[in-house]
Amino acid sequence: MASSIVVDNVTKEFTLRYHRTFKEVTVAKAKGHKTSEKFNAVEDVSFKVEQGESIGLMGLNGSGKSTLLKMINGVMRPDQGSLLTRGRIAGLIATGAGFHPQLSGRENLVLNAAILGMSERELKRKYDDIVEFAELGRTLEAPVGHYSSGQRARLGFAVAIHVDSDIFLADEVLAVGDKPFRVKCVAKMKEIRASGRTLVYVSHSAGSVKRMCDRVLILEKGRLGFDGDPDEAIRYLHYDSADEQEIDDEIGNDI
Amino acid sequence: MTDTTAQPVREELPLRPPSADNGLLAVFQRRYLLRLLVRREISARYQGSFLGLLWSYINPLTQFFIYWFVIGVLFQLHKDVPNFPIHLFAGLILVHFFVETFGAGTRSIMRNKALVVKMAMPREMFPVATMLVSLYHVGPQVVILMAACLLNGWTPDLTGMVSLVLALLIIASIGLSGALLFSAANVFFRDFGNIVNVLTHFVRFGVPMMYPYAMVHERFGRFADYYLLNPLADAVILFQRAFWIGTVSDEEQAKFAAKGEVLMPDHLLLHGVAALAGCLVILGISQLVFSRLENKIPERL
Repeated sequence: MASSIVVDNVTKEFTLRYHRTFKEVTVAKAKGHKTSEKFNAVEDVSFKVEQGESIGLMGLNGSGKSTLLKMINGVMRPDQGSLLTRGRIAGLIATGAGFHPQLSGRENLVLNAAILGMSERELKRKYDDIVEFAELGRTLEAPVGHYSSGQRARLGFAVAIHVDSDIFLADEVLAVGDKPFRVKCVAKMKEIRASGRTLVYVSHSAGSVKRMCDRVLILEKGRLGFDGDPDEAIRYLHYDSADEQEIDDEIGNDI
Repeated sequence: MTDTTAQPVREELPLRPPSADNGLLAVFQRRYLLRLLVRREISARYQGSFLGLLWSYINPLTQFFIYWFVIGVLFQLHKDVPNFPIHLFAGLILVHFFVETFGAGTRSIMRNKALVVKMAMPREMFPVATMLVSLYHVGPQVVILMAACLLNGWTPDLTGMVSLVLALLIIASIGLSGALLFSAANVFFRDFGNIVNVLTHFVRFGVPMMYPYAMVHERFGRFADYYLLNPLADAVILFQRAFWIGTVSDEEQAKFAAKGEVLMPDHLLLHGVAALAGCLVILGISQLVFSRLENKIPERL
């Protein structure tokens, strides 16, 4: 088996700036207040993912999941350590792809596909499939700025899933879609799993992680807190308590 | 880019950093994406305006008439310059090309921040696309200029055409360097967008557009060589060589020579090549600085 993602002591540092203008900074300095603060969004994280593995990435809001995903995807570079990947990467970050609000859904679809590395020929071949998967109908001609978060997720997911990627990143895709769409997404992701591609799945829903992944990583304040079996991971997170199941049912996270 | 739909374990692919394929070279390898961005930029630049693309011509044309009226008619400075409107318009085309590349390029990353924060792609793509859009607008303006030149007895010559290409390359590379540096800097402090406005004011007066090079040579004497250190001035002089000189008749040129006035600096093409080399070095440095700053761009947007 070849390794697909190798993360080695990766740290990403963010700078929080409290003041932006010259005036504010001078005033704050004069008063002896801090003008900025550094913190590690991801701190000294190491793990290795084999080709074909399905990884669940869990953790509370702000624990560094999206930052880690952005580094895997190549949007950000680690400040320390090294992060290597093998093959083409596609996927969604923080519930959606990058869209231009003024452009129509159709234009965004084409642009997104090109950014993810599709050639013109490849896109022509897959275009109808993507449109059909997104099921946006006439909305496709409207500017994406007017889309609901669910519609955005549909379009983003439809494009990303049709890229011949070796690594697929799915960040909370299922959180905003309606039920029929989520069912479709799950089926597609299972297909990805079965085809031997690497899947990184970010979710807060214990049930869907358990069904989808064979290994779970848990981030706690930027550090890797747990790496192992999904059932144990969910116990680790205390997501298995009785009321959790109830909440899942109530909010409809049942798949 | 491979077109395979089968998904075998691709062990033959190397392990590498996912953000490796960046930089200006990568931009030109991904031509399909670049083409889409350029096309989008062309349609988006004047989005929501009724006259649309026409603004790209109205803008330089109004400037042309203002300069022509103030400098030519009011100040009577054009008396010593044969075919002053052509001299002026040729300079204006290049200045406009530079200002557009620099200005729109500086704003390009901020304008595309929706893509920048979520998609992995060479971010140099945006400044490059704006440069190409500006170049696209140069085309029709050059055609208008050529028509005017032909009416004034201009015939294309080889040295002139080489000058033309050199001039465009100089402006493209120096404009792109400025766009790269300032687009990244603009993410950290919006002040840089305003600095660009200040800088562009100097450009109009730092090139032989409203005044001829002969005047520079006459006033500055041997210090005129320092004037030629400005690549923008070199580019404009090359452009004048390509178009304006051809419209000045031999008798007129002889008259200038008799008075000891120098219409064009000596070894012009050599100056041009040196300027281009200098601009390419600056472009290389800009790329290095951009790569440094780029790392912090997504978190600051």
